[in-house]
Amino acid sequence: MTLFSKSISRRGALKGGMAAAAVIAAPSVLRAAEPPPVKVGILQPVTGALAMDGEFGRTGAELAIADINAAGGIKALGGAKIEMVFGDARSNPEAGVQEVERMQSEGVAAIVGGFASPICLAATQAAARYDLPYIVDVGVSDQIIQRGLKNTFRFAPGFGICTQAAIQNLVRINDAAGKPAKTIALVHEDGLFGSGLAKLMQTELPKHGFEIIETIAIPTPSRDLSNVALRLRSLNPDLVIPSTYYGETVLLARTMQQQRVRPKAVYAVVNGAASNMRFVKEFPEAAENIMDVNHWHDPRNPKNAELQKRVLDAGKQWNYNTPLNYSCVLLLADAMERAGSADRAKLIDSIAASTFDKHLMPYGPTKFEGGQNQGAAPVSTQVQKATIRVVYPEAFSDAKPVFPVRG
Amino acid sequence: MYSLPIVAEAMLNGLLTGAVYALIALGLTLVYGVLHIINFAHGAFLTCAMFAVWLAHTFLGLDPYLAILPLTLIFFALGYAVQRFIIGPSSHGDDGNILLVTLGLSIVIENALLAGFHSDTRSLSTDYSFNVFEVGPLLISQARLFGFVGAVVVTALLWLLLARTDTGKAIRAVAKEKLGARLVGINVSHVFAVTFGIGCATLAIAACLLMPTFYVNPRVGGAFVLVAFTIVVLGGMGSITGALIGGLFIGVVESLCGLFLGESLGQIGIFLIFILVLLFRPTGLFGARA
Repeated sequence: MTLFSKSISRRGALKGGMAAAAVIAAPSVLRAAEPPPVKVGILQPVTGALAMDGEFGRTGAELAIADINAAGGIKALGGAKIEMVFGDARSNPEAGVQEVERMQSEGVAAIVGGFASPICLAATQAAARYDLPYIVDVGVSDQIIQRGLKNTFRFAPGFGICTQAAIQNLVRINDAAGKPAKTIALVHEDGLFGSGLAKLMQTELPKHGFEIIETIAIPTPSRDLSNVALRLRSLNPDLVIPSTYYGETVLLARTMQQQRVRPKAVYAVVNGAASNMRFVKEFPEAAENIMDVNHWHDPRNPKNAELQKRVLDAGKQWNYNTPLNYSCVLLLADAMERAGSADRAKLIDSIAASTFDKHLMPYGPTKFEGGQNQGAAPVSTQVQKATIRVVYPEAFSDAKPVFPVRG
Repeated sequence: MYSLPIVAEAMLNGLLTGAVYALIALGLTLVYGVLHIINFAHGAFLTCAMFAVWLAHTFLGLDPYLAILPLTLIFFALGYAVQRFIIGPSSHGDDGNILLVTLGLSIVIENALLAGFHSDTRSLSTDYSFNVFEVGPLLISQARLFGFVGAVVVTALLWLLLARTDTGKAIRAVAKEKLGARLVGINVSHVFAVTFGIGCATLAIAACLLMPTFYVNPRVGGAFVLVAFTIVVLGGMGSITGALIGGLFIGVVESLCGLFLGESLGQIGIFLIFILVLLFRPTGLFGARA
């Protein structure tokens, strides 16, 4: 009597053997299903003077990493999860560099963030020594991408693009209203950002028929802006263009309100307060109708509303840095998927060739030229009925501009 | 060029703001005059007081002007305790110690505020924050005018306190001759603590007068204290009258320089005065000759 009705064929034996081997080897197979995580450095200033913005950025990056991991990680790497290595740039470039060095020693595949231009300039330079891919979130100084660093990519628009867009949008908005604004007073903070912006405005705006009747530089912090308001009142410009940080913008708007300075519009450029809901909530009267050209989320993309709800439900504040950093991390994950690797050189090539369009910003698909995303652009916003609306360009707008605000 | 009303209004703004600068300088000059220390934490205490006004308004609905009395008492006690338990015990030996202690204190306070409030800029709004008195062509901010009146009244009260009361006499005695005061039975360390307390109390009042129109963030005190140092040097280290007149003068200079040269250069005007005074009249306008 045989135990088997049929003798085992050689092929059958082989199959059985393989199955048995597979069972014995199962733990290692299971291990293979969980590939080692990919470490990604997230650099933000969460202490020091820029802590508020750093927190906005960190929230965005954390949520993106959580979402990518929840959706199965990086599929091209066998579902590898992203592990965040967070670095606090402590609001200064030296700390930013220290954190990049630490991230390097912890073996990150890439770094995302930076926020402020000086931090981004130093951190990208430090990362370049290790050919470590670096995606800059905000840092508007154009020097960041003008040094020919192969590792450095900026997702958001820089200073040059923002100013050009500000001027183009202003010309179109003014033309559409029958050109009511002719004279302009510039009020700018006297540092790198405000002075550079004012210089560009002084050269460019007269080419479009505007007359700059005054350029007022103010220090940060300013103790008193009543003289600025006084000068504005005596000059009575059609437009006031402030490029200042949060405290000074609030002070200027309040002092202008008090001193009865009533230009046809306040058209801010990359302003520290005019696109900040805190200002709108605390001083609705002073903020109403102020326009700004700035980074902002795409109000037409429903994913922003979802993300915003999650952020607010978590008891945090929402600002443009959140969707911006969320998008930067998605951009990096997309580059990993296409590279099929977390190798730094391959990642750099992959980011450089990116045409990523599933981000949350009012940009086209990414297209990097010399490290700058050519698809990036700021939008024109306006405070209308105590909310910030996008008024230009039309492709992303959720309201029409009120212009001129006063006749 | 600007019309006369514009220049007049700029001067008036300068005077009104200068009085509050003077109030901030008052505490600094008093502490220097009596304790002979330069309190580098003065700005940090001002920031604390401004946050206290903001908190009282935001969470208790307390008007900044009504907050003057409780905050003056609280900051007097705070200043008293800081001198008694931190600065006093570290003042034996090298004078440099105290400078480092006040500097360290300012760093600790600033970073504690950053940890607690982040770098957010906060401001509050009252009914009178935006109101103006119209006098002919001039617009005079109500809140600034109240600030001016408040600062002048406090300076006058402090002068009376020093001139007429026993505490004032003790303070002046210690300022003049520490050892002699001790010999006649004055408790010098108590007088030091009271003086430091008064310095902090004046900051609490300044904070209440500033907040209806100004904003606060953890670093804002530094902006005021630099001006206060200039006023103290100009008015004469330790001189109350000097602080008031110096404050008004600096306010007007800053305002007019701001109007004619631009805001950034307006501040250069202040520091130019600072350097010139140090070079040509180091005792200041009202300071005692060395």
